[in-house]
Amino acid sequence: MDLGPHAGFIVTAYAAAIGIVAGLIFWVILDRRHLTRAVDELEAQGITRRSDRAREEKA
Amino acid sequence: MALIDLANPSRFLALADRVLPWLAAATLFAFALGLGQAYVAPDDYQQGATVKIMFIHVPSAWLGMFAWGIMSLAAVGTLVWRHPLADVAAKAAAPVGAAFTLMCLVTGSLWGRPMWGTYWVWDARLTSVLVLFLMYLGVIALWRTIDDPARAARVVAVLTLVGAINVPIIKFSVEWWNTLHQSASVLRLDGSTIHPAILGPLVVMIVAFTLLFLSLHLAAMRNEITRRRLRTMLMMRADAAAGH
Repeated sequence: MDLGPHAGFIVTAYAAAIGIVAGLIFWVILDRRHLTRAVDELEAQGITRRSDRAREEKA
Repeated sequence: MALIDLANPSRFLALADRVLPWLAAATLFAFALGLGQAYVAPDDYQQGATVKIMFIHVPSAWLGMFAWGIMSLAAVGTLVWRHPLADVAAKAAAPVGAAFTLMCLVTGSLWGRPMWGTYWVWDARLTSVLVLFLMYLGVIALWRTIDDPARAARVVAVLTLVGAINVPIIKFSVEWWNTLHQSASVLRLDGSTIHPAILGPLVVMIVAFTLLFLSLHLAAMRNEITRRRLRTMLMMRADAAAGH
């Protein structure tokens, strides 16, 4: 594909877009991993929310 | 399941877990289709191949405004019904909206340099989009400044609704003022002025970007609900340690 004399601008624009989307995806995944680990650690220490306890008792 | 049931965070989490894989798959499919069509789309008779920047610039501009629209609806939910899920939706949308607004500014600059001869000009469209980006940063900073999520949500909701005035200003800035930015060419009362060979891929890319936004927003909402659960558990641990 011939992008003409302004190929550098086109490629940089797409690279920037890919970088921003990748950053968003990594942020969401890493945040999830960190939060899940922290919740699991607290649950392992026996700390559960009232609603979780009620759900477990119901089950 | 009734719609009102989704207002329960636990049910919302269960639904998000079920929906997210399908949404992600639909996003990938739409991007594959859109990028394929964009690749073979003809060059513009005036702008040449730089028109390909439009396939990422226009969708990111749309999402920058769409995310603020979502935040504004959530702000009404926060102020009228004081519903925590509305707070969660608003907080989760802010960083995603900011990222797409940044993408709009960067890709617009890179399109402007070869077409206008400059990366930036202080005209009404570019300046109002920059204001939108700064407002996103302000909202994100405000969320981080106030510890109590419910109080932060109310303050942010007011700022969000005030900032919503900027969205129609962005849309109509090219008609109200004399700008270097071109006037509307996609959404017009008398129909789009873009050739179907370019408009087709653009519409598919807008759908793909919107699906991406919905996926990221849903995932970020799921994270925010977990963050609030973690906060509650940390407070319970602190209470237990203090002997309450």
